[in-house]
Amino acid sequence: MRQVKKFKAGKYDIVVIGAGHAGSEAALAAARMGKKTLIMTMSLDSISMMPCNPNIGGTGKGHLVREIDALGGQMGLVIDKAMIQCRMLNTSKGPAVHSLRAQADKRKYHVNMKQEIENQNNLDLIQNEAVELEIEDGVIKGVLTKTGSYYETKAIIICTGTYLKGRIYIGKVNYEGGPGGLFPSNELSDSLRNLGVKLQRLKTGTPGRVHADSIDYSQMIIQEGDEEIVPFSFMTDSIDIDQKPCYLTYTNEITHKVIMDNLSLSPMYSGEMDGVGPRYCPSIEDKVNRFSDKPKHQIFVEPEGLDTKEMYIQGMSTTLPEEVQIKMYRSIKGMENCKIMRPAYAIEYDCIDPTQLKRSLEYKNIDNLFFAGQINGSSGYEEAAGQGIIAGINAVLKLEDKEPLILDRSEAYIGVLIDDLVTKGTQEPYRMMTSRAEYRLILRQDNADVRLTEKGYKVGLVKEERYKRYIEKKTKVDEEINRLQNTIITPKDETNEILESIGSVSLKTPTSIYDLLKRPEVKYDDIKPLDEERPEISELVKTQVEIEIKYEGYIKKQLKQIKQFKKMENKKLSKDIDYDSIEGLRLEARQKLSKLKPESISQASRISGVSPADVNVLLIYLEQQRRIKSKDEYKK
Amino acid sequence: MDTIAAISTAYGVSGIGIIRISGDEAVNIADKIFKSKQGKNLKELEERKLNYGWIINPSNKEKVDEVLTVYMNKPYTYTKEDVVEINCHGGIVPLRKILDIILEQDCRLAERGEFTKRAFLNGRLDLTQAESVMDIISSKTEKSMSLSMDQLQGRLSKQVNEIVDELMELKAHLEVNIDFPEYDEEELTKEKIKEKAFIMKENIEKLISSADTGKIFKEGINTLILGKPNVGKSSLMNFLLNENRSIVTEVPGTTRDTIEEFVNLAGVPLNIIDTAGIRYTDDIVEKIGVQKAIDKIDDSDLIIMIFDASKELEEDDEIILNNIENKKVIYLMNKTDLNTKIDLTNYKEIEKEVIKISLLKNEGLEEIETKVKEEFLAGNIDANNDLIVTNTRHKNLLKKANNSLKELLGSIEAGLTLECLEVDINDTIHYLGEITGSTVSESVIEKIFSNFCIGK
Repeated sequence: MRQVKKFKAGKYDIVVIGAGHAGSEAALAAARMGKKTLIMTMSLDSISMMPCNPNIGGTGKGHLVREIDALGGQMGLVIDKAMIQCRMLNTSKGPAVHSLRAQADKRKYHVNMKQEIENQNNLDLIQNEAVELEIEDGVIKGVLTKTGSYYETKAIIICTGTYLKGRIYIGKVNYEGGPGGLFPSNELSDSLRNLGVKLQRLKTGTPGRVHADSIDYSQMIIQEGDEEIVPFSFMTDSIDIDQKPCYLTYTNEITHKVIMDNLSLSPMYSGEMDGVGPRYCPSIEDKVNRFSDKPKHQIFVEPEGLDTKEMYIQGMSTTLPEEVQIKMYRSIKGMENCKIMRPAYAIEYDCIDPTQLKRSLEYKNIDNLFFAGQINGSSGYEEAAGQGIIAGINAVLKLEDKEPLILDRSEAYIGVLIDDLVTKGTQEPYRMMTSRAEYRLILRQDNADVRLTEKGYKVGLVKEERYKRYIEKKTKVDEEINRLQNTIITPKDETNEILESIGSVSLKTPTSIYDLLKRPEVKYDDIKPLDEERPEISELVKTQVEIEIKYEGYIKKQLKQIKQFKKMENKKLSKDIDYDSIEGLRLEARQKLSKLKPESISQASRISGVSPADVNVLLIYLEQQRRIKSKDEYKK
Repeated sequence: MDTIAAISTAYGVSGIGIIRISGDEAVNIADKIFKSKQGKNLKELEERKLNYGWIINPSNKEKVDEVLTVYMNKPYTYTKEDVVEINCHGGIVPLRKILDIILEQDCRLAERGEFTKRAFLNGRLDLTQAESVMDIISSKTEKSMSLSMDQLQGRLSKQVNEIVDELMELKAHLEVNIDFPEYDEEELTKEKIKEKAFIMKENIEKLISSADTGKIFKEGINTLILGKPNVGKSSLMNFLLNENRSIVTEVPGTTRDTIEEFVNLAGVPLNIIDTAGIRYTDDIVEKIGVQKAIDKIDDSDLIIMIFDASKELEEDDEIILNNIENKKVIYLMNKTDLNTKIDLTNYKEIEKEVIKISLLKNEGLEEIETKVKEEFLAGNIDANNDLIVTNTRHKNLLKKANNSLKELLGSIEAGLTLECLEVDINDTIHYLGEITGSTVSESVIEKIFSNFCIGK
């Protein structure tokens, strides 16, 4: 069918298609775990590109970055080098929901990641477009590119983001295109469809970029970074940079009038676009239309980097025509004379129905074919990277015939993310939120290393240096907690004076510092005068000690719930079960279970349409099977 | 495995009833509520021997019932877990009282077939027996679905849902504050949560106490039989009970007090109250009975009004009719075996739907059953034991929800942060959701995005 002459260009263990945030993590993980890996991208200049917002982290997302880092991934290390401002969000709330967010220098981020990939052993980087996958007997054989080069490989990880059959919409104008002015990829989409992969169409969008010098910042509210920067990576000790500010301004009545007058020109409203957009990322016309009682909406103006004048206008994503965009943007305080450098656009793209994947991110019907990132219906750089590292690790483990690394919902946000996608599918680009996690008090950003470094070490992705660091920290935390439990304060006048000075109640009986710290108003630092033998400990250790003590009651509560959850998680369901033959299952449950083939009772219980009674039937069925098996073995 | 308990004997009028507790905590729980005749605790007594004593409510030290209790250590029990069986007096009142006390301990109500399920999972039953377990469990699906449908339209679900909605609003607001801190959505204050939690707690407590008086958690449909003296009220009751419980005589006014009985009429549980006939009377004793009958009207869910076909419509009939406006009423016309003198032309509606019966000749009585079914259950539903058990389950869940709200209020007092408070809110929603069978995860996210304007 193709006119181009095919030639053999190389042989790899693993080929990663796409070098965005998912692809980069997947390829680095695979290569670092010792597999001969190839990463392929349509443009070497767009490696780990950030085509939308110029930040990494935020609520839920910051947690993901920490988890990727704890597993031995790259994202945390790169943003630590490329950040130009950093804030810890939610500090007015408890530590479980503290979230790091950094403004990134987009170019620096890209360059840094590219260098990392270029310098990585076992990893080759090329610019080309994958057009066709070759499968033999249900197993991956190789991949063909647009120029005819053919790579033989044992496994493929597809991380193509929003490129597949991408279409850009700006008002009535629309054309084939990828994100950030790049080309789309059309043929790979067809190849997947021909292989029987079920695709769906989603949409997302990005606001315009405005020239920094055309903005009057004196009309806006300045937003500085934190005085002290907390790094993302557990391997970064400290970050010392001159931080760049962001700015806050608002829409107004005029903005809203321009929008309402031109609403019919938006392809979203006229029905020309049929992809489903994300609820958490509404266009400005959506906000104005749906929340018509709100007199103004926040607009954040954020720098895209140190050596660029482009400013990202968060809050002004739109599909209205460019002409209307100019009017809209110029109606905003401080932006009266603004010059738009890139207009806002919406992009519609093919992604797969993620319920076709196992929790290892391997495609259920083709061996050694993995998917990660926005192609799976997610949204966001961090969500992509989180899937990328898991797909990379599991591709390697699969080739080594080992059990996959599955993080469950009680272990990581990455686990929640993947479990949600493969169990429930998604109708819109899926964004991580802390509210999606059942065990939020356990899945904190401060303890991501405690939760995951051991696992990363076990699969061989975490190297000695990181592991040693983690063990040291863990030991220090344990020692300090132990010490605080055994340090008893007696109710003396001077003790009580100190306690009263920090707004706490005086002691009546001897109390351990540990118990004292359980009082919400008592901070570790405040009672230093009472704690004479206090050793020097790092901020990281201190934070964790304090959290473990203060949250103890709630942590115990959640741990109890997790114990129940794990019990069901450990009851595995084979993919060969014929659900039609199990009596007692309701029809809907039968259909859903046959389609999704859950890996455990726990996963089955999360499928919509599977009732608690169906779960009971499955439990009984499992026990029956176990008995039949043990009977057979007895006969032998 | 957590510890479970349930009434193990068939529900209805019987001499004794048995409550079974199974699980790690079974003996500990029984120990807390049982005292032997010699004043010993259960653990001090011999295993596998029946012990005579009392169930004592640990919260107020009141004697609840005289019982025989036995405990059996695992694994040689039905479930292969520690099991306690309490033999108490039959009838729903002592059984439910004791079960309620047990469920206040570290224990939950067993699901249908759960003892057998555990027996199987713990390796006690063989494969063929397991098939029947599957049947029980899968049949539960059908039954509980129609039951929950029925209750969904009920007052309880409506009230529970209102509380759940409030909690969901709170949760969505909390989540927005946590997940989108940079947006200028109003911060939910602890005072606000406290204020709302307090009202919700009061409402739940009202529901719990109403469960005790049986107003909302119907053990059966409160049914009142009304009619002038000697119209056949007690005969009807006796027919429904199939035995002579009330005294039936030819002398008007024999039934001086109200008598309550529980009957299962074609699968519909009725709590039938036989009353003294209503009429003008100077007899002091009977006067009290009449007033009681009128008082009962308000509390009843269904009224069966009997006319006497052999007599003309009298003032006594009209007094009743005046008192039962706005009530669900089934009209019967008894004594159709005698000459009909009654004339209902002034009551066109009643004339249309009145059921003609003869209690003496057993005529037209099936029609009563049909009518009761129609009135209360639009569908055909087998309520029997489940309705009671489900109600106990509901009450139990309401108590748990209430405890979570108490913990929430406690945590606010202790100065804990929002994401901790949210754990208690989640627990409350979870328990209430088990009553109405709704799940929350996706609907909260739906609420966040429909109520709040956030996003880039």
